[in-house]
Amino acid sequence: MSGREIVLRKVRHALGVTGEEAARRSAVAERLNKPEPNVIPERGKRDREGRVALFREMAEAVSATVESVAAPDDVPTAIARYLREQNLPAAFRAGADPAISALPWDREPNLTRLSGASDGRDAVGLSRAIAGVAESGTLVLVSGPDNPTTINFLPDAHIVMLSADDIAGDYETVWRRLRERFGAGQAPRTVNLVTGPSRSADIEQTLILGAHGPRALHIIVVG
Amino acid sequence: MNLTADRFKDNVRVALDDDQLQRALTHVRSNFIEKRAKSVAALPEFEALREAARAVKDHALAHLDLYLEAYETRVAESGGHVHYAETASDARDVILDICRKAGARTVTKGKSMIAEEVDLNNHLEAHGIEPVETDLGEYIIQLRGEVPSHIIAPAVHVNQDQVESDFRRVHTHLAADRDLTEPTSLLAEARGILRDRFLAADVGITGANFLVAETGTSIIVTNEGNGDLTQILPRIHIVIASIEKIVPTLEDATTILRLLARSATGQDMSVYTTLSTGPRRPDDPDGPDEYHVVILDNGRTAMLGTEFQDMLRCIRCGACMNHCPVYHAVGGHAYGATYPGPMGQVLDPAIFGLKATHDLPNASTFCGRCESVCPMKIPLPKMMRHWRDKEFERGLSPAPQRWGIRAWAFFARRPALYRFATGLMIRALGNLGSDRGRFRMLPLAGGWTAHRDLPAPEGRTFMNAYRARAKSKGRKT
Amino acid sequence: MTLTPPHVGLFVTCLVDLFRPSVGFAAIKLLEEAGCTIDVPASQTCCGQPAYNSGDSADARAIAKSVIEAFEPYDYVVAPSGSCAGMLKKHYPALLADDAQWRPRAERLAAHTFELVSFLTDVLGVTSVTAQHDGTVTYHDSCSGLRELGIQAQPRQLLGSVDGLQLLELKNADVCCGFGGTFCVKYPDLSNAIVERKTADIADSGAETLLAGDLGCLMNMAGKLKREGRATKSRHVAEVLAGMTDVPAIGEGVSE
Repeated sequence: MSGREIVLRKVRHALGVTGEEAARRSAVAERLNKPEPNVIPERGKRDREGRVALFREMAEAVSATVESVAAPDDVPTAIARYLREQNLPAAFRAGADPAISALPWDREPNLTRLSGASDGRDAVGLSRAIAGVAESGTLVLVSGPDNPTTINFLPDAHIVMLSADDIAGDYETVWRRLRERFGAGQAPRTVNLVTGPSRSADIEQTLILGAHGPRALHIIVVG
Repeated sequence: MNLTADRFKDNVRVALDDDQLQRALTHVRSNFIEKRAKSVAALPEFEALREAARAVKDHALAHLDLYLEAYETRVAESGGHVHYAETASDARDVILDICRKAGARTVTKGKSMIAEEVDLNNHLEAHGIEPVETDLGEYIIQLRGEVPSHIIAPAVHVNQDQVESDFRRVHTHLAADRDLTEPTSLLAEARGILRDRFLAADVGITGANFLVAETGTSIIVTNEGNGDLTQILPRIHIVIASIEKIVPTLEDATTILRLLARSATGQDMSVYTTLSTGPRRPDDPDGPDEYHVVILDNGRTAMLGTEFQDMLRCIRCGACMNHCPVYHAVGGHAYGATYPGPMGQVLDPAIFGLKATHDLPNASTFCGRCESVCPMKIPLPKMMRHWRDKEFERGLSPAPQRWGIRAWAFFARRPALYRFATGLMIRALGNLGSDRGRFRMLPLAGGWTAHRDLPAPEGRTFMNAYRARAKSKGRKT
Repeated sequence: MTLTPPHVGLFVTCLVDLFRPSVGFAAIKLLEEAGCTIDVPASQTCCGQPAYNSGDSADARAIAKSVIEAFEPYDYVVAPSGSCAGMLKKHYPALLADDAQWRPRAERLAAHTFELVSFLTDVLGVTSVTAQHDGTVTYHDSCSGLRELGIQAQPRQLLGSVDGLQLLELKNADVCCGFGGTFCVKYPDLSNAIVERKTADIADSGAETLLAGDLGCLMNMAGKLKREGRATKSRHVAEVLAGMTDVPAIGEGVSE
């Protein structure tokens, strides 16, 4: 008997079931096919402006820095300014996200944009989040050529572009959008929920930023 | 792993005499508790979430066979592989086999208590594969040749100066004048060393906080980002998780996520919550080529459908040990099994057998603080009591204790005899102790008087005094 | 409230019976002042907790049944202990859950069982007592009362009405004292490590007297305070609420 058969048999024996019970099967199918939210905190239930404000407040509370720009066209200048202020090199790595490629990079001719996955030698990475979650100041990033996952973790500083329209109140809203985009029951290879820059408190519970992932997380909210 | 739970009382003595440990434990007693309380107070729905989360897990466990099947179907659809392991040894074999086929020489590891439970590192090392722990706390204890003393803060028993001397001992490249007196400099040193190990590893092994049946997704939660580097850089990602990590949907996982970090560290969310589904997709520029999930039983199906089933709701937040007076007194190593603290006092006997661990469910005052903070509302004291029942039934408890209880119960079940015997005893003790009001030493009471005085009885039992008073008042008794 | 006075069966608890009858008389005084008539069933010995917590369910069940039989006739069962009241209220129904005959009886008894201070405040609506105690006290929340029965504000409310009494809050008042029934003799080193921390907090409170609602915890803390040579006195909260503090404090003799 395979490990699979042994374990499933033991589970069924313990539960006193065969696995063929119609009521159990339909209960499971129902739950999987129509995912329902359980308890959603009131905290995130706000209008668009309220969500943006809450997102900012929560993200800053976990040591991310947040700035708002009026339009996508303002992003290159915001990035250049951030890199100067942080004494970071005027170079960054980003994926093939059309929303990033379409930005007017010619406005900041001194910025060097590297593309593709990070190999660990980049000081700065740029990604676009598909969503923000206001209730906890969390970014939602999905893997793929547009936004390689390595960029979220290897560079010392991570800059993330987020459209204000994409800031949801809660995670459940994001899951609904993911299903619309990727199909029911489907998920991209990696979904990263990022809440602040990397940290550790493993030495005497002293909180230090920049454990293995980025030491700094800078969020540019657009719109 | 080195199971020393059968020497629990000796372990306790050693822990109480360990000044370094006692110094380190002062952080547990204050920080975790304050941070949790603050973040729980800031979320009005916390109690409602606890109820909802309990319902999620109860439902998942009642339909566990079907959700496991749904989960593995989704994993296969996304190109991943699910392996079932009935025992710890099966899990080790499956993982070693994957590593060998890949020709792996080094394996990076995200923090996984299941990997500790199956003693994976020793097994890999014995077969020429080097495991590298990447969570800072895990890395520190790997350098020290220790096991975790806490399920979310594995090196909580270690002080900063000890970390510095461990680093100087192992990181021989360090210049003598390199300043390592600050946690930040220690972290920077570990980050630099581990960055190279991440990039060079052949296989990355992580645990999972959830396996989501809806999408075939494994979820890990970390603050450092080490789990992510462990799973996106090597060619192969292996997830090792126990059967009860299954939840139906992303919504269900979310409900529990809202409780997890708050209960553990007092964060609203951990920094990185990562959902992984299968290996890299055709056009992905990064991610693993292979994705394996090893699902472990190791005693858990024997808990399912029994008085211990509630324990399978546990989400490994550590709140129970953070609030436990026994854990506060001796730390995690004294328990002598993989899982310390109240959750371990229930889980370890199921995994390692009651005979070797029988002290664990007994070493509780039943103060109930663990249950009161458990986000999954697990009745931990009740389940420790169930283990005590089994211990008593099987005659595993020490004979003097067993006979002492039985002898006492013999009297307690016979009120007249009880009253006569206690009346005499209390009068004698009362006479002996009436002057000072307490005893420093008393035959058969060494367990008590070793550390504290025994207050003397007033000298007459209440029942006798009450009857006498009633009589003198001319009332009926 | 009914016109006939509530008829209370006093569950004395074995520790009060054997070690500190004064607590039982204080309980009677408080209950009588609140308008109850009181009986003390003679067949009571102990609630069975030592057996229950040692895995000896058979003996625990037998003891539970005799307690149920003895106390069924009363309107209420009241015990000057959160731990013993909790045993009757929360654990008897669980212990007898599989017994079709006894389970409903256990549940009925549980519904009418209360810890003394909780009974006075939550059931009888008592908001103050007429007692005097000149001095500072601090209050330790015993675990069963606090977490099984929700007793926290009630004793503080009544203590607030005692003339001359000043309540100084105890740091970590909700943390176990390390007694734990048989735990303290099975694991004396562990129990000691826990109670040491408790007595340090008690000393830090600066109070002259330590109060609590459970005699087991009090004997543990008083025994440690005395061993450490501290001057803090220890008393059951009922003694102070009843104004019956003429007997020596716990662990103190007639010579002190």
